[in-house]
Amino acid sequence: MIETNRLGVSYRGQPALTDLSVTIGGGFTAVIGPSGAGKSTLMRALNGLIPAGSGQVLFQGTPLGRPGSALLRIQQRRMGMVFQGFNLVRRLSALENVLLGRLAATSPWRSLSGWLPHGERELALHLLDRVGLADHAWQRADQLSGGQQQRVGIARALAQQPQVILADEPISALDPKSAAEVMAILHGIQAQDGLAVIANLHSLETVRRYAGRVIALRAGQLVFDDVPQRLTDNVARELYGQDALPGESQEPGGNQELPPNVHFASA
Amino acid sequence: MTIRVPEPPLPIYRPPPAVLRNQRWRWAASATVLLIVALSLGGSEISLPRLTQGSVNIVHYLFGSAERPRSGYFPPDFSNGLVYLQQMLLTVKMAVVGTTGAVILAIPLSFLAARNTTPNRLTYQLTRRLLDLFRGVPLIVMALIFVAAVGLGPFPGILALAIHTAGILGKLFAEGIENIDEGQVEAVRSSGAHPVQVLSHGVWPQIIPHLLSMTLYRFESNVRDSTLLGIVGAGGIGYYITEAIRGFDSRSASAILIIILSSVFLIDFLSAKLRERLS
Ligand SMILES: Nc1ncnc2c1ncn2[C@@H]1O[C@H](COP(=O)(O)OP(=O)(O)OP(=O)(O)O)[C@@H](O)[C@H]1O
Ligand SMILES: [Mg+2]
Repeated sequence: MIETNRLGVSYRGQPALTDLSVTIGGGFTAVIGPSGAGKSTLMRALNGLIPAGSGQVLFQGTPLGRPGSALLRIQQRRMGMVFQGFNLVRRLSALENVLLGRLAATSPWRSLSGWLPHGERELALHLLDRVGLADHAWQRADQLSGGQQQRVGIARALAQQPQVILADEPISALDPKSAAEVMAILHGIQAQDGLAVIANLHSLETVRRYAGRVIALRAGQLVFDDVPQRLTDNVARELYGQDALPGESQEPGGNQELPPNVHFASA
Repeated sequence: MTIRVPEPPLPIYRPPPAVLRNQRWRWAASATVLLIVALSLGGSEISLPRLTQGSVNIVHYLFGSAERPRSGYFPPDFSNGLVYLQQMLLTVKMAVVGTTGAVILAIPLSFLAARNTTPNRLTYQLTRRLLDLFRGVPLIVMALIFVAAVGLGPFPGILALAIHTAGILGKLFAEGIENIDEGQVEAVRSSGAHPVQVLSHGVWPQIIPHLLSMTLYRFESNVRDSTLLGIVGAGGIGYYITEAIRGFDSRSASAILIIILSSVFLIDFLSAKLRERLS
């Protein structure tokens, strides 16, 4: 569905992703890696928010269009993004925020008039109901709790009628209870609606619980790509460095040997 | 036997080079400011005797002197009050129309003059310089130019107000646009929205409060400024106050001043209340 082909992205000459080739199909894919590994950069590159410096990103077999092109906008519409900081337009209501997901399907000049095509509002309300927020539709986004805002964010992404959800640390800013609710919704989207979900996650516990596949980045390179069962504590320790297992106890244990298909970049 | 432990020498405190540089900077800056003030004093013709003599004159001017009848500002003469009120209303109308024109001009210019929404650096630079020009030409000079162009009356005054204020508001709006939360904009962009929609639904909702509050604030100033426009024949109450003062009709001038001040106070008060509710 989404494929990167020797993708490289750099910020002012500093490489953030190098030579990354990976194909992601359906299911729930977790992207992990230490801070600064390039996880957010990968998400933004997959969506085309930042152009590839070298190599390419393909969505359903077609290379992403150039920045500003109509092709890219059509492709972006099929990829709903969910953000760590929710990124709702704070002064708009929950419902209006969900309707933002319909913009790409509306002609720009008509969207200026504020007039909604038939059924758009119903769709948005239905999606809010789906994330458990039908009662909050007319509340301003900045008056919702973090967990509620993130659920509005998911509803907004779903309003695009996407084929993929790209979630950049969707639960890092949330308390455990809200995080569990958000993960359950993301899981439902994948399991029931058959959308592909790609999520940057920090807690290995969450990764093991929800992901069908784990991709690990370190220093902009792919260093692990396997089922979560192979993501042993040792692998994780190697990935994050000796003293950091995010969100987990640091007791030794698990498999002492690296799985054969793990190849760490020489540090 | 006691063993004398040699005391370690106290470390000498040395501020890091950055701090020293900072201190030198502050000295240089203070010296420069003093020098500028000193230089400016030359040519300013400040003289204490003239000030003392002047204060006596002001008292005579304001409170009248016995040898001249009808001199002094008291009591104010409201016999033409209705005309003055009409002229004050015209002045406020000029401020309303001028500010509205300025907003209409400033909104598109501010998007071109904000780093995060401008299409390219050249447009950015050109728009910024244009705004500087609008703002830089003093209002009265601009009014004189428009009087020469379109003739006397409120119309040239409104044009001058609109252009001058567009320069001020354009810069303030652009700064508001530069301070928005890019995350909200990026979320809209990531959904495949058209660039026009990114502006209308990602940027615009964020800047409305700032925009309204700045506009009201400028409107207050414009009511005050437009009382000046009449002086150069660009409409409004300014003409009447100049005539009254030049013709030594101090009691009428007094009445006009009272009308101007109370209108300005009233509008400032209402506008400040409104701005409070916006924030
Ligand atoms: N806008 C930017 N400008 C310059 N450098 C950037 C920018 N965004 C990211 N980087 C750099 O690119 C590298 C990868 O950043 P990225 O945000 O993708 O990491 P991440 O894996 O998402 O980290 P985290 O877990 O902290 O979110 C880092 O070295 C970062 O400093
Ligand atoms: Mg990140």
